[in-house]
Amino acid sequence: MKDNTLKYLLVMPAVLVVFVTAIWPLIESLRLSFTVGRLNRPGSLDQYLGWENYSWAILYEPAFWNSVQVTAIYTVVTVGLTTLLALGLAILLVPGGRLRSGVQTLLILPFAMSPALIGVSFRFMFNPEFGLFDAFFGALIPPLADVSWLANPTLAFSVCVMADVWGWIPFLTLVLIGGLASIPQDTIEAAQVDGAGAWRVFKDVTLPQLLPVLAVVIILKSIFSLKTFDQIYMLTNGGPGTATQTLSHYIYFNGMKYGQVGYASSVAWLMVIPMIFLTYAYAKFVFRKR
Amino acid sequence: MTGKQKKQLMNVFQVTLIVIAILVMLVPIAWIFLAAFKNHIDVFQLKILFTPTLENFRSVFEPPYYLGRKLVNSTIVAFVTVLIAIPAATMAAYSFSRFRMVGETAMLVVVLATQFVPAVVIILPFFVMFRDLGLLDTRLGLIIVNLAIVMPFAIWMIKGFIDGIPLDTEEAAMIDGSSRLQVIRNIVLPMAAPGLLTAGIFCFIISWNEFLFALILTNKDSVTLPIGLALFKAEEGDLWNLLSAAGIIIMVPMFVLALIIRNYFVQGMTMGAVR
Repeated sequence: MKDNTLKYLLVMPAVLVVFVTAIWPLIESLRLSFTVGRLNRPGSLDQYLGWENYSWAILYEPAFWNSVQVTAIYTVVTVGLTTLLALGLAILLVPGGRLRSGVQTLLILPFAMSPALIGVSFRFMFNPEFGLFDAFFGALIPPLADVSWLANPTLAFSVCVMADVWGWIPFLTLVLIGGLASIPQDTIEAAQVDGAGAWRVFKDVTLPQLLPVLAVVIILKSIFSLKTFDQIYMLTNGGPGTATQTLSHYIYFNGMKYGQVGYASSVAWLMVIPMIFLTYAYAKFVFRKR
Repeated sequence: MTGKQKKQLMNVFQVTLIVIAILVMLVPIAWIFLAAFKNHIDVFQLKILFTPTLENFRSVFEPPYYLGRKLVNSTIVAFVTVLIAIPAATMAAYSFSRFRMVGETAMLVVVLATQFVPAVVIILPFFVMFRDLGLLDTRLGLIIVNLAIVMPFAIWMIKGFIDGIPLDTEEAAMIDGSSRLQVIRNIVLPMAAPGLLTAGIFCFIISWNEFLFALILTNKDSVTLPIGLALFKAEEGDLWNLLSAAGIIIMVPMFVLALIIRNYFVQGMTMGAVR
């Protein structure tokens, strides 16, 4: 067979799968977002409604804006904390040696853990009667001793953040260790010979060279933070009230619990917009390397 | 203080920080391990010393929990997903790596972008379609949607591995009269085997841990392990000893798989953007 035919034949099955499982539902959800789209009303999935779902969400739904706010704060806080802590840990671990490479192996464990299970485990750790972290923080900060973490909006939110950061630090650390290790050692040594202190070396030599990797890390983490669902569902189920209801959770609730597939799809598409920008930024990094 | 002392102090400081990091990382996992071996009274207390029991691991497989069925579902779904994804992704990855095609960049961008589409966006149309087709609560339905998240990963990851295989062996074999398909079978596949294994394990872990799709699409017959976690609730609250035992059954096999491919782990997740 000619290579010219073969090359298209080879990509076809995979491209077909991607099309059927990802592209089609994406387009279909865009269509649904312009319909009445109620699960319990036959025919409403084809009943055209124009922009009403969108304007309803934006103009009349405080719950939508609440979830936008929760998601935005959640994303900023988790991305910031995870990146900073992972960078710190990566700097600690990069010199190598038995202890440090042992830790690097251990780092893989939390990442192989199902996010749903991480949610469960943090609910366990913050149980008011026998949660280990609850007891730890209670002993450390006496005013928190008698507090039920998951019943308090701010504290429940911070537990969600902790679970997320805990689950993601290991992966980001491993990526950053890779980035740090690829910085040419002689640039650092040259700066040291010139008498630059550790902080100066880090700020003026290491950090600028690490920037591309850091950017990829931040973009990737932002994407995953924006669509957070699993841990939240298992940890707080959006509560107390709607204090931890992220956009994904809001969409899930409207679509599946209330059966408003049309409305949920429109919110889903509002969520896709920031994703497009982030994906574009990420793609630029990937294709710059080719 | 001399420079040497300062350096030693610095070292002690760093090791302390590393030990704290290990503790923070392992304590939640260790706590689940302990709880899984506690009886239903000890689990409601903050104690480290207790008489261990294997009772929980028996209970989770018995009525009304039937974790065994969820284990079978998770295994079949993850396994079949990988069996479909890896061969298709390998063929595509070879083509993307070795040939120039019309619309190649566009295809690669689309594949990359689909990876980041929120699962909650694509699941709504699938729910409607599966309801009409009678695919709700079936393993087949789960396999189809899992392919959506697994496929882009697999294509990019395997492409990275094939990019790393030098061209000259392939060219030499072609000059000796081998056909392209023979080259793929006899040269590329054996050399890419570790990469295919890595990608396969990676996709297996993703399918195994997948939560949202299974939450929406299953309710009885094809419930998977992560959804099964929600079962361990009684009127008096969560049954933490059983939850923990189930948690171990979910995470330990993935730990083992992840450790097998640890050297490629990061590479796989970032699809070559960081190197």
